[in-house]
Amino acid sequence: MKKIWIIARRELNSYFDSLLAYVVIILFLGFTGFFTWLFGSDVFFRKEASLEVFFNISFWTLLFFIPAITMRLIAEENSSGTLELILTKPVNEWQLVTGKFISTMLLIAIALGLTLPYYFTIWGLGPVDHGAVWSGYLGLLLMSAAYAAIGIFASSLTKNQIVAFLIALIISIFFHLLFSLLSLNLKGWSGNLLNFLSVRTHYDSVTRGVIDSKDLIYFISLTFLGLFASELVITKRNVTEN
Amino acid sequence: MDIVVRNFTKKYGAQKAVDNVSFDVKTGEVLGFLGPNGAGKTTTMKAITCFLAPNEGDIQVGGMSIKDNPDEIKRNIGYLPENNPLYNDMPVIDYLYFVASLHRIPKEVIKDKILEMVNLCGLEGEKHKKISELSKGYKQRVGLAQALIHDPKVLVLDEPTAGLDPNQIMEIRDLIRKIGREKTVILSSHILAEVEATCDRILIINKGKIVADGSSGQLRKQAQGREILKVTIEGGDVNTVFKALQELNNTELVDFVSKSDGQFEVQSKPDTSSRRDVFQLCVDKGWYLTELTPTETKLEDVFRELTMN
Repeated sequence: MKKIWIIARRELNSYFDSLLAYVVIILFLGFTGFFTWLFGSDVFFRKEASLEVFFNISFWTLLFFIPAITMRLIAEENSSGTLELILTKPVNEWQLVTGKFISTMLLIAIALGLTLPYYFTIWGLGPVDHGAVWSGYLGLLLMSAAYAAIGIFASSLTKNQIVAFLIALIISIFFHLLFSLLSLNLKGWSGNLLNFLSVRTHYDSVTRGVIDSKDLIYFISLTFLGLFASELVITKRNVTEN
Repeated sequence: MDIVVRNFTKKYGAQKAVDNVSFDVKTGEVLGFLGPNGAGKTTTMKAITCFLAPNEGDIQVGGMSIKDNPDEIKRNIGYLPENNPLYNDMPVIDYLYFVASLHRIPKEVIKDKILEMVNLCGLEGEKHKKISELSKGYKQRVGLAQALIHDPKVLVLDEPTAGLDPNQIMEIRDLIRKIGREKTVILSSHILAEVEATCDRILIINKGKIVADGSSGQLRKQAQGREILKVTIEGGDVNTVFKALQELNNTELVDFVSKSDGQFEVQSKPDTSSRRDVFQLCVDKGWYLTELTPTETKLEDVFRELTMN
């Protein structure tokens, strides 16, 4: 456990050292702030003290941002050879993967935490449904966890960060959008299955304030699946490495 | 800690990088790993450090198998991988701290340990720089520092002096010899003189197989078989001297090197020496023996002979 934390801390430092963390946080705050306060159906337009707009924008922004912050995690270690360095220390593949996952989640949590002033400001403007806000944040975090795990998996597949980004984005888009679109055209069990696989279904259900164990299990298993798959890919070097 | 390699085979696809290799390294022994590029040196080292799993066979470090106790083995191994990969975005001190904490060095002693490594590896002036800003030689020192920081019982160094200048090479060699007294060290190198200078034992590997194993002296002897002397004798007629040398008990072949200087090459019969006879001959005849040099087979020759076919 301690080793996972040591790795997570190093990764988090490296996010901030490489300025990536600042860029991501500023872009994220800029994007969500712009649409929440200034443009389109913003808070003032709707004349409603709600963070719904913010959650909607974050739902889409995170889809693109998470692959961007996970893409280098393992691809870079693969290409520079540091993977060999770290795995010959008393660290196993699982500790490495989870350490990196935790660092990504911390970065996302920091970015989301910095949007809390939106919440307090809107609270000052009128009566807010606090339950909806907290379940909205929970929904975003659960979704981020799943996408971060997918991103780490994509990163473990290649030495090229751009390829890792694209693979992560493609997989994530399936969960984000395509499964639910496809499910509309299919009837019966296949339609239900695709609907169940869609992140949207579970995200909506969590943000409605109904925290169902089914949704939690969905997000947690998707996260662990991604992490296990990454571990497997890294362990598999024994078969494929040249 | 001993290292025991038994029937280790590693395949990449259909190609066998290492083919049924077995050897032992004892505590306090410095083993030099020689071989042409692609011979399987690095693969073997990666397997010993638990990065690659063998397809067949087993490797034991201190009695523990790399299959069953990788974590325990990794705790006791200091490893400098080929090409010395490092986290370039970290400052030297932070990096050493990171490695030390992964090795569970207690917080109270981490600082002292880092300072000790900084001094030992001569990183005093560079310790606050980012690793990416260092020159190759200093990076190599960081690589050594991170391999040594937890005081490992086994040290595996893949080309430890690559990229260093001659002074640094001497320093690193001294360091390895010093460390090698109480630890088990395996090092690979392309530089034969280096292996000869630092290692107690040499292992030559070619196309995944061990082709020679022994001290540098033994290897030379093995390749050479018989004694060859370079002799210069003055004070006598060259042809008489030539004849006299040929008539010695143990000589098999005498050859002129330089007729005008009276220089000869004397090859003895297997497992015999003609050195005393040559000296005695000169005493008896009243000649001046101005040179008597045993020509040694160079390690380079041994290496070439073993790996060229």
